[in-house]
Amino acid sequence: MTQINRLDGGQVNRGTTLNFSFDGKRYQGHAGDTLASALLANDVRLMGRSFKYHRPRGVLASGSEEPNALVELRSGNRQEPNTRATTVELFDGLEAKSQNRWPSLKFDAMAINDRFSNFLTAGFYYKTFMWPAAFWEKIYEPIIRKAAGLGSLSLQDDPDEYDKGFLHCDVLIVGGGPAGLAAALTAGRAGAQVIIADEDFAFGGRLNAETFAIGDQSGADWAATTVTELQALENVRCMSRTTIIGAFDHGICGAIERVSDHVATPASGKVRQILWRIYGKKTLLCAGAIERPIAFENNDRPGIMLAGAMRAYANRWAATPAQQVSVFTNNDDGHRTAIDLIAKGVNVAAVIDTRADAPRLADCELLAGAQVIDTSGRLGLKFVNIRLADGSKRFIECGALGVSGGWNPNVHMTCHQRGRPVWNERLAAFVPGGDLPVGLSVAGAANGEFSTAAALKAGSTQAAAALRDLGMTARAIRLPNAEDEGVNLAPFWFVKHGKGRAWLDQQNDVTVKDVKLAHQENFKSVEHLKRYTTLGMATDQGKTSNMGGLAIMAELAGKTIPEVGTTIYRPPYSPVAMGVLAGRARGKEFHPVRETPSHKWATEQGASFVETGNWLRAQWFPKPGETHWRESVDREVRAVRGSVGVCDVTTLGKIDVQGTDAATFLNRVYANAFAKLPVGKTRYGLMLREDGIAMDDGTTARLAEDQFVMTTTTANAVAVYRHMEFVHQCLWPDLDVQLISTTESWAQYAVAGPNSRKLLQKIVDPEFDISNEGFEFMACRKITVCGGLRARLFRISFSGELAFEIAVPTRYGDALIRRIMEAGREFDAVAYGTEALGVMRIEKGHAAGNELNGTTTALNLGMGRMVSKKKDSIGSSLSEREGLNLPDALALVGFKPTNNNDKVTAGGHLMARDGPVDAAHDQGYVTSAAHSPILNSSIGIGFLKDGANRMGECMRLVSPLTGTEVEIEVVSAHFVDPEGERLRA
Amino acid sequence: MHDLVATSPLGGPRPRTGNFGSVVISECPGWALASVAARRGKEKTMATSAKKLLGFALPGVSSLANNGTYTAFWTGPDQWMIEAPHASHEDLAEQIKSALGDKASVTEQNDGWARFDLTGTGCHDVLERLCNANTRAMQTGAVTRTRLEHLGCFVICRAKNDHFSVIGPRSSAGSIHHALTTAAKSAL
Repeated sequence: MTQINRLDGGQVNRGTTLNFSFDGKRYQGHAGDTLASALLANDVRLMGRSFKYHRPRGVLASGSEEPNALVELRSGNRQEPNTRATTVELFDGLEAKSQNRWPSLKFDAMAINDRFSNFLTAGFYYKTFMWPAAFWEKIYEPIIRKAAGLGSLSLQDDPDEYDKGFLHCDVLIVGGGPAGLAAALTAGRAGAQVIIADEDFAFGGRLNAETFAIGDQSGADWAATTVTELQALENVRCMSRTTIIGAFDHGICGAIERVSDHVATPASGKVRQILWRIYGKKTLLCAGAIERPIAFENNDRPGIMLAGAMRAYANRWAATPAQQVSVFTNNDDGHRTAIDLIAKGVNVAAVIDTRADAPRLADCELLAGAQVIDTSGRLGLKFVNIRLADGSKRFIECGALGVSGGWNPNVHMTCHQRGRPVWNERLAAFVPGGDLPVGLSVAGAANGEFSTAAALKAGSTQAAAALRDLGMTARAIRLPNAEDEGVNLAPFWFVKHGKGRAWLDQQNDVTVKDVKLAHQENFKSVEHLKRYTTLGMATDQGKTSNMGGLAIMAELAGKTIPEVGTTIYRPPYSPVAMGVLAGRARGKEFHPVRETPSHKWATEQGASFVETGNWLRAQWFPKPGETHWRESVDREVRAVRGSVGVCDVTTLGKIDVQGTDAATFLNRVYANAFAKLPVGKTRYGLMLREDGIAMDDGTTARLAEDQFVMTTTTANAVAVYRHMEFVHQCLWPDLDVQLISTTESWAQYAVAGPNSRKLLQKIVDPEFDISNEGFEFMACRKITVCGGLRARLFRISFSGELAFEIAVPTRYGDALIRRIMEAGREFDAVAYGTEALGVMRIEKGHAAGNELNGTTTALNLGMGRMVSKKKDSIGSSLSEREGLNLPDALALVGFKPTNNNDKVTAGGHLMARDGPVDAAHDQGYVTSAAHSPILNSSIGIGFLKDGANRMGECMRLVSPLTGTEVEIEVVSAHFVDPEGERLRA
Repeated sequence: MHDLVATSPLGGPRPRTGNFGSVVISECPGWALASVAARRGKEKTMATSAKKLLGFALPGVSSLANNGTYTAFWTGPDQWMIEAPHASHEDLAEQIKSALGDKASVTEQNDGWARFDLTGTGCHDVLERLCNANTRAMQTGAVTRTRLEHLGCFVICRAKNDHFSVIGPRSSAGSIHHALTTAAKSAL
């Protein structure tokens, strides 16, 4: 038997039958169904178990406000927990499972919690599980989390892709009901750039759920016709399946477009969802209203739902939760459910209206002045127990009950910038306040304009007003005739009867009693009420429950509802998948990669790469037979020191500094003097932060009187450039200086080792003399190579060997590395990577990032005298602070183990040979360490108190974390060629 | 004449082109670039000399000007990028410097950037998945700087609606190209 609760009519496509399963059982539905409507059509009312007490639950609503019918959708790595069955568009092959139950939905062992409800009231975990304290984290919390919960995660990588995007428009219209569609027509016909978005897969909002006519069409047909017109307009973008999740700063809205959630798997190359950032000059909120329930004892049984949802299922989806239903209402709108279901052939047993003077609107029994005081039916509603106006009681048999306590304008987004809604006595509801997010206005039911005619009019009027603000003119559109009934309601929040539980927040299992308990325990502020009881938390954010809680708190506190106030609404409006927030920034695409000009060649050599910033740098180049990286690195170091090696140093930042004041500028940026650097020379420079701490170092070459090329460390390239722009634009805007990065413009290779000159003489065009006399240490020059290609040559050395850096336009970088390696074959030239580079600079005692670590000064680095006192420069004054110049200030020194087999480890701290090992006795620390193949020993450099005067002292290098304790000797940081003879050769 | 063979930003001997239906994405390495910044106090005389050299006045904020050979686009106050065919103007920076002398600071930028051109009716659909530039509103000759794939890039509207250039940092050409082609597959 299939779809026994399927009615006639509706907007499902009976021509397309879709197969799906729920908890392993197979069912059929139609295109246009949601999972919830299809389940109801198949007579499935029980869809889940509640959060805390594991009570059987079914759907309460028909839209995204649904608190109960949460399912695990799909399976395997696409399994998604806590999906609302009311928003899941049915597709063929859909798999859904109920959650938070064991072993099955119908028999859930954890339902035992329901028996202990007296112990599990609001805040129970604040009062219990107090002893022993250590048990909380290890035992109590895990047990509670296991027992109370929602769906489970797949614990597998999400296989889907997500995009992020940006849209711009004059007017963003949030919601595609009557107000939104009228607004879009008005603004669209006026030629404005319009985006209209609706979370539903069909535009129309309540028009699809009601039987009202608009003009001579049904509401749903009018919506469809209107959307067809809008889609034909080039300036209008209609986005269905798109939820506007928040109104963010400066009028920017966020949106989630569900591109592929309505199919089993996204098509190849297509995304599952898109996170849009929408820059609308104006935003018009037409988000409609959400019905609110009335609380009464056992009002959570499957089959009890909002009256508006019940008729939405009947009218739009041609499904009824049961063949016999009743309605419980405090307003005229609830009666519509009875009218519509009767029209669909469903047996409506009675309309129970709390108002003594309730009008008889539907062709069924009316129980005016009556209240539902209890219900029965273990896994689904069977009977409602009614107290009639005269105090007598009566049972009515029905499988479903539609409940209406009135409608709340959907003010959510109006509060995202901390605006507060205001109370409207006539509607007994909050409506948008005056303090709205930038550019936002509200129309239709979201603004308390509940009738269809009022919504159409407001949408059109507000759209015209928005355009007027933008200096555009919108002509009034002819609005069709539509229903225009007023709101007729007597506020009624909960039934005061009995001692059983009346549910307010079905998602968090919060009852009327819990609110009373919170009040009794002095959690009276609405924000405290929320935290103490969890009212309004989790996936539905209390869309159907908050008002009830506020009303009860108001009554208990003897205040009015507006005096109690509301909690703040925050984005997102409805749950957002984490994947779409990540977008494409996942795994290898987490950030962009920067490749060096020799990347392709290095890859061919089998290089191992390391990330430095976004750069991929070759770490070492293994040769056949080398089984450990140290073998490769040791070989590379020996080859450089023995003959010649080549290293790609393109990654070092290069900043072109030009202008008549370029030298003056550099003199202020660098601590040491630069003004008198001759053209054709390069100088090492140290840059300080404003506070006197070392910021960055590098060499700067003077290519002309008014042109320098500065080199920065790889890691600080961007920070230094930014710093210099700040200095230029804000500190000394009067200087004639122009800055631009040229890091990627030039492919730059270090050619180092005693044979480097011989090698380069084969590359550099012969008219350029690069002999020691013709091109001395620290020289720089524009040259040509390989028969005329413009290039730059610098005689600088990081390794301590005779060395050069040669730069050519990047497009020739690949060709140049190949040419150099070919030319170097006769010298057994090697390519060396960052590891060998590191070993050699430690052997030479050169500071790098580990030493310029944001805490060290020029003095610490052994470069105190470089901070010129003949001029002012950034950081110069503050580097004189007393605390930075103590007699025992840290100084850069070298270390080697007393026992050659021991290892110096970076990060270890230095302690005296005897005595305690603690922070009070800390003498310094090792910043960089390596195995030196030249010294055949582990070596390190680092900072030691009064280090310069402690050469030869034996100390302990300790790391209490790793249990390391090694005896080391303090030595000069210059392990290799301390006199610098090699680099001047 | 030197004998070194140039590679494109994507590392190939020839520029790469891909057809994605309503958009063709092409790597365009055939352009020389030079940055020009007026020296302090010489903004006006520099503009005059530049006009003489280029044959048109340097463009204003967020825009581009061109004739047959040269294209100039604004990059900041008194700063421009000049573009010309690489084959004939590999030494573009030097040529401009000779013409402008000490009125401007000129820096070779030929290989600092990777240019990708998007042509076809689907340009907006691709670009809106990548950056917050409002490309639909961009007229021919409009230029903007925007963040694309976490990188600061220039987006240039060469022809309204159906021809855009994305000019981004060359070392990340692979990442930019990946982002462009992935977005094209996703959006088109």
